[in-house]
Amino acid sequence: MLEFDQVSKSYPGGFVALDRVSFKLEKGEMAFLTGHSGAGKSTLLKLISLIERPSVGRVLINEVDLSRIRRPHIPYVRRDIGIIFQNHRLLMNHTVFDNVALPLVIEGFSGKDMVKRVHAALDKVGLLDKVRCLPQTLSGGEQQRVGIARAVVNKPPLLLADEPTGNLDPDLSKDIMRVFEAFNQVGVSVLVATHDLGLVARMKYRTLTLKQGKMINDGLLQYQEDPL
Amino acid sequence: MSILFSGRASSGASAHKISLGRRFVMFWVNHVRQALFSLGELWRTPSASILTIGVLGVSLTLPATLHLLVKNVQQVSDSFTQAAEISLFIKDGTDDRQINSLLKILQADNDIARVTHISKQQALDEFADVSGFGSALTYLTDNPLPDVLLVLPKNTSAGSARQLLERLSKERIVEFGKLDIDWLTRLDAIVSLLRQAVLVIAVLLLGAVLLIIGNTIRLSIMSKKDEIEVMKLVGATDAFIQRPFLYSGVWFGVFGGLLAFLIVEAMLWWLQGAIGSVTSLYDSEFRLMAFSVTEFFSLMLLAVLLGLTGSYLSVRRHISAIEPTGP
Ligand SMILES: Nc1ncnc2c1ncn2[C@@H]1O[C@H](COP(=O)(O)OP(=O)(O)OP(=O)(O)O)[C@@H](O)[C@H]1O
Ligand SMILES: [Mg+2]
Repeated sequence: MLEFDQVSKSYPGGFVALDRVSFKLEKGEMAFLTGHSGAGKSTLLKLISLIERPSVGRVLINEVDLSRIRRPHIPYVRRDIGIIFQNHRLLMNHTVFDNVALPLVIEGFSGKDMVKRVHAALDKVGLLDKVRCLPQTLSGGEQQRVGIARAVVNKPPLLLADEPTGNLDPDLSKDIMRVFEAFNQVGVSVLVATHDLGLVARMKYRTLTLKQGKMINDGLLQYQEDPL
Repeated sequence: MSILFSGRASSGASAHKISLGRRFVMFWVNHVRQALFSLGELWRTPSASILTIGVLGVSLTLPATLHLLVKNVQQVSDSFTQAAEISLFIKDGTDDRQINSLLKILQADNDIARVTHISKQQALDEFADVSGFGSALTYLTDNPLPDVLLVLPKNTSAGSARQLLERLSKERIVEFGKLDIDWLTRLDAIVSLLRQAVLVIAVLLLGAVLLIIGNTIRLSIMSKKDEIEVMKLVGATDAFIQRPFLYSGVWFGVFGGLLAFLIVEAMLWWLQGAIGSVTSLYDSEFRLMAFSVTEFFSLMLLAVLLGLTGSYLSVRRHISAIEPTGP
């Protein structure tokens, strides 16, 4: 469903963040994306969510080359992709409810239907009691979870997460991974970028490893023999 | 509408089975809600909003005042068409018989609506009455005032009245004729000159207003840059993000228009006092005309259009320029 075909990305100034990366993610598949800081994980996710465009190569979703998506259509593509951002990116002066409801409001939902969905999403990340809070009054981990609720609230078929467990303790990290697993089990394709190699190894999912922009591993990661 | 996932069922409210009528109602409910929300946003940055509204209001005051000025001058000119009355001063020493025969000729004239004879004596009596020189005048041995024929032309336009004046002035017993309309044509000329000058200034001012509204909206967009980025990241179209800013522009227009209206009304109220004391001296019924209902709504419409255009120009440039920088 998601396919990278010899994709390279160099940023203005000539820095090569991704170097001829190719891989495929099937519908309903869950995979991890690991690598050192600066390896290009976020860059790879940005190419999928059309925040950046590849310098060379093609990114395809369901056989549609993303380079064919013109600017006015980008919002509609993003509605199909749930994105969890490395730095949460919440609206700080709006309540948790408003933050989570945003993707629904954009799509024209309102009333009871919207409330029901928002509550369901917050329930999944265990934040139902914080509906009326402002993000500032939440801990880093709670803010992260609000971001997750927002990403899944409109049930996107593809879920991208960038360091979703960066601020969470091991127990909570595991819970969040369970949430992703649960989504995966209902057919959502999930791609999670993370540093947390221990967690990755324990979860036994396909793992893509980047090193200085190159894909150096694609498959199960053995924690003991660290490839990095 | 899903571009990449053709089978995706739940893409937005349109996919849900909501009746057309209900969606129509929801459409308006949403707009009203967003309009009120933008009003609240203005309230949150009071100084910038008040400044913008003030500039808009004051700038609209000029064309609005001009319009009322022209309207009132028009009223003055209309009420003075009766002033296209020709006074024929009769040569001194003309006897009554000659005057009466001229009077008869004029009464038969096709171009003349009415002729009145004011004799020397009537004129003197009236003068004594009005001027208060009554007793002093009795010391005059001779009546210095001439006989006067007041001629009201059938066609009261300035041009034809002047032609008639020329013709009548040639009568043998007429010393000279006088038409009190020159000042009116001059006034008309001055007003139309004024009108053009102010029109140019008004256009320049309204241009400046567009820029100022655009700038206020730009600042407001900049201060919400992060929020806009997030909205774009979760799939908001530019149109969706623009809407609250466009509503702000509309509100600027509404309040600016009301402000202009109030300023002009205050000005009228103040002038009415001054004009009242002058016109009462002249026994005139002249009253300043204020805005009619249509004029009020035209003013408001102009103001709202200005606000909307200003914010639209700004929004189009600045919102598409904001690009999110990713996860
Ligand atoms: N907008 C940009 N302009 C220039 N260089 C950039 C830009 N964004 C990222 N880079 C560079 O690209 C490289 C890869 O960045 P990226 O954010 O993809 O790393 P990452 O794997 O997500 O790291 P981390 O784990 O720290 O989040 C980095 O060296 C970074 O300096
Ligand atoms: Mg990153």
